[in-house]
Amino acid sequence: MPDADTGLDPEAAHDLVDRLFREEQGRAVATLIRVTGDFDLAEEAVQDAFISALETWPDRGVPSNPGAWITTTARNRAIDRLRRRRRLVDKTEQLARETALEAELRAIGSDASEATMLVADDRLRLIFTCCHPALAMDARVALTLRTLGGLTTPEIARAFLVPEPTLAQRLVRAKRKIRDAGIPYRVPPAELLPERLAGVLHVLYLVFNEGYAASSGDALIRRELCAEAIRLTRVVVELLPDEPEARGLLALMLLHDARRDARVDEAGRIVLLDDQDRGRWDQDRIAEGRTMIEAALRQQRPGPYQVQAAIAALHDEAVTAADTDWVQIAVLYRTLLGMTPSPVVELNLAAAVAMADGPAIGLAMMDGIAATGELEAYPYLHAARADLLRRLERWSEAETAYRRALALTTNGAERDFLQGRLEEMEGRRPAAN
Amino acid sequence: MQYALLIYTPEPESQPSPEELGAQMEEYNAFTDHLRAKGAMKAGEALDSVATATTVRVVDGKTITTDGPFAETKETLGGFYLVEAADLDEAIAYAAMIPGARYGCIEVRPVWDYVIQGLEPAGAAAGN
Repeated sequence: MPDADTGLDPEAAHDLVDRLFREEQGRAVATLIRVTGDFDLAEEAVQDAFISALETWPDRGVPSNPGAWITTTARNRAIDRLRRRRRLVDKTEQLARETALEAELRAIGSDASEATMLVADDRLRLIFTCCHPALAMDARVALTLRTLGGLTTPEIARAFLVPEPTLAQRLVRAKRKIRDAGIPYRVPPAELLPERLAGVLHVLYLVFNEGYAASSGDALIRRELCAEAIRLTRVVVELLPDEPEARGLLALMLLHDARRDARVDEAGRIVLLDDQDRGRWDQDRIAEGRTMIEAALRQQRPGPYQVQAAIAALHDEAVTAADTDWVQIAVLYRTLLGMTPSPVVELNLAAAVAMADGPAIGLAMMDGIAATGELEAYPYLHAARADLLRRLERWSEAETAYRRALALTTNGAERDFLQGRLEEMEGRRPAAN
Repeated sequence: MQYALLIYTPEPESQPSPEELGAQMEEYNAFTDHLRAKGAMKAGEALDSVATATTVRVVDGKTITTDGPFAETKETLGGFYLVEAADLDEAIAYAAMIPGARYGCIEVRPVWDYVIQGLEPAGAAAGN
């Protein structure tokens, strides 16, 4: 082998295979699923290929194109598995089908450039299959992470705080439904694309959010979820460059992810946006996110992800919290409210207006939202109202609102914060009681 | 693949007028013609109201019959189509064309594939 010139110590090989697994396993699985239509066969064959890489690379060196090596090896393992399985069946019809599959598997990678093209399409097809609306939302999320992201079942179970057997069962059922109900393996035709793409983006958004906003669970796995969501959204953007909402979502993720390191203190507690050390924000990510949102907006088809990304960009651009362009942010929230009316967006708008035009105006808006009762159990409504009441020095009303927010909050860091404010309000009580 | 499109709709509270019935039949006939033109029509029937339904069970070898449908629900099985479709997306597209989808819902169920399951189709066994 001409490319097998350097040996690797086992640890370095392990690291390399690990990194490669994240990048390449989705491609290999997607290609094998396209050809075989069999999720389990594809996943097992690709796993075999990575085990084989761990065994052989330390001695023989790393092939020049490790990704192609993995796909080819996985293909061979799939053929082996098919042959073994064939020995167990006696129905001629099934035998013919499996022989045809073997021929198709052999055709993979015969033309390098064509293969690269197909692989790209394969991953896109697989995303649309995993996010098909005929699957339950939690199954879509789990399946996308499992087949395209290469996260293990225990990892996904831990990330979503679901017992492992429950998650495994969810995956089995989803795969069975794809096969038995005839969920197609393809990029949807033009008339279905807008609706289906929105579904795909929603799954990726949920994955990112789970990694970013989750208040409990394993920190390492949450980081992995964000990285995976960004990676998969990049794939969608690359393969569907004419879809500005895909770009908008990627920008939104990058602009939030840029603040990741400043979001928690040494003790692992959440730090609010206003109090974050902005020097720790990742400027490269911010620059990339800004380029991405600007490119999306130039396509002149605005959507909710683009607007949210634009809001995130304005926060990221402010050198200090006081420099934040709240007027512009309020305008954008108003736009967002027009696109996706919801009391939560209304609350965000009210908070932005409070910053732009003063707490009294913001409070009047929040009181209007509170009067509908829709957000009665939403702690952030009470916390935001409390903050404005505090700034207006209406201490006892602020105290009541903080108390209500605290009663609804489970996250430890947020509880600490609210408790501190509550005590401050209690200290403001008139001395003569 | 073959899919059954099961049409669940609320039972009308009063007898529809001949005009209403005629208009509804026309819509269904148009859909049936569309399926035929596509070569997708395998079968389809409308069912009489649940007031005419009888539920049958065999318990300890004895046939037990009860009046009415198995489950009391607002939407009842009013009819079905059996269609040939390339995949679930095509079946969903057909289901969305059924008039009942606008005031009820359509359950899309793939027909069990005996060959994939490694079994002889019941029809073939009976025919031999």
